[in-house]
Amino acid sequence: MRTFGFAEFLFILEAAKWTLALSAIAFAGGAVGGLLVALGRVSPVAWLRGVATAFVQVFQGTPLLLQLFLIFFGAPVLGLDINPWVAAGAALVLNSSAFLGEIWRGCIQAIPRGQWEAAEALNLSYVSRMRDVVLPQAWKIAVPPTVGFMVQIIKGTSLAAIIGFTEITRAGQIINNATFQPLIVFGVVAAIYFVLCWPLSLLAARMERRLASALSR
Amino acid sequence: MNYTFQFGDVFAAWPLLLKGTWTTIELSFMAMVLGLGVAVLCAWGKTAGPRPLRFAINAYIELIRNTPFLVQLFFFFFALPALGLRWTPHTAALTAMVVNLGAYATEIIRAGIESIPKGQIEAGLALNLKRWEIFRFVIIKPALRAIYPALTSQFILLMLSSAVVSVISADDLTSVAANLQSQTFRSFEIYIVVAAIYLALSLAFSAFFKLVFNATLNYPDRK
Repeated sequence: MRTFGFAEFLFILEAAKWTLALSAIAFAGGAVGGLLVALGRVSPVAWLRGVATAFVQVFQGTPLLLQLFLIFFGAPVLGLDINPWVAAGAALVLNSSAFLGEIWRGCIQAIPRGQWEAAEALNLSYVSRMRDVVLPQAWKIAVPPTVGFMVQIIKGTSLAAIIGFTEITRAGQIINNATFQPLIVFGVVAAIYFVLCWPLSLLAARMERRLASALSR
Repeated sequence: MNYTFQFGDVFAAWPLLLKGTWTTIELSFMAMVLGLGVAVLCAWGKTAGPRPLRFAINAYIELIRNTPFLVQLFFFFFALPALGLRWTPHTAALTAMVVNLGAYATEIIRAGIESIPKGQIEAGLALNLKRWEIFRFVIIKPALRAIYPALTSQFILLMLSSAVVSVISADDLTSVAANLQSQTFRSFEIYIVVAAIYLALSLAFSAFFKLVFNATLNYPDRK
C-alpha cells in the first residue's frame, strides 16, 4: 500500500492547474453570458426580459450538480459526443452566466434613472447609451461582487470530480483510494482550495470597503 | 436526433422520488434550524467574545467559505471516521450542511446586529430595559427584517447544494435519481424530472419564506 508522500502531494497540486483552467473557462464564458443575461433583464423588449428571467430562474433554481448531469447524460441522447471537459465547462458557463447576470443587473439598475433619461434626451442610440453612459458606471460597482463570485466558480469546479474530471478533488479521491489516509489527503485538498480562494475573498472584501467609503463621501 | 423519450420508468418510481424529495426537504430544514443556532452563537461570540474565541470563529468562517462543500463533505464522511468516529451517510451529510450554513449565516446575522443604530440600544438602556429585553424588544425584529432576504436566499442555496450529498449516498433526491438511473438507464429523463422537482422546491421555499415574512415581520416603517 502507498503512503502519502511528496509524490502524492505533487499529484494533487498538479491537478490544481485543471481546476484553474476550468475556472478560467467558466469565468470567461460566464462573463459573456452574464452580460447578455443582464442586458436581457433590463431590456425594453418584453420577450427578451421574459427569456432572460426564465433562464435565471432555471439555473438559479436547480442544483449545479443536476445541470452537470443533464449536460453530461443528455448530450449523448441528442447525438452529441461529449467528454467531462466539455460537460463541466458548459454547465459552469451556463450557471455562472445566470449568477453573474443577476449580479450585473443589480449594478445596472443601481445607476440613477436620470443618467438613462439624459442619454435618451441626447438622442444616443441604445448601443451608445449602454456602452458610453450606463455600463462604465455600472462596471465600477460591479467589480467587488464579481471578484467575490470567482470564489464561487472555483469552488463549483469541484463538482466536475463527480463526472470523472480530474481536478483537485478528483485527484484527492484517487490518492485517497490508494493510500487510505483520508484525513491528510482531504486536508491537503482543502488547503489547496483555501490558498486559491482566500486571496480572492480578501481582495473582494477590500474592494467592497473601498467602494463603500468612496460612495459615502 | 432519433431518441424516444420514455418517462414511464421514471414516473413508475414516484414513491421513491417522493421519499427522496422528502429526505431533501427534511435535511434542508434540519440544517437550517441547527445551522442558524450555530450562527447565532458564533455571531454573538464574534461581537462580544474574548479575543481567542473571536479568532477561532473567524478561522472557522474563512475556512468554510473558501473551500468547496464537496470537500467538506468528504472530510466529514471519510476523514473523521478514520479518527474513530462512526456515523451514517445521513448524519455526515447533515453535519456537513450545518457546519457549512453556520459559517455563511454567522456573517449575515452579524451584519443584522450591526445594522441596529447604537442610539436605539442606548434608548433601551435609558428606559431601564434589561439586556434580554433590549434584545427581545429592540434588536431582534428589525435585525431579522434587515437580513431576511440574504438569510432566506442562503437557505435556498443550501437546499440546492444538498444535491451534492448524493455522492456519499445519503438517500436524498439526487441519490434516488442516481439509483434509478443505474436500474433503468433512462438517465436523461430522470435528471430532467429531478431538476424540475428541485426547481419546484426552490419556488416553494421562497413562497414559504415570503408567507413567514408577511406573517411575522411585515410592519410599516418610516423611510
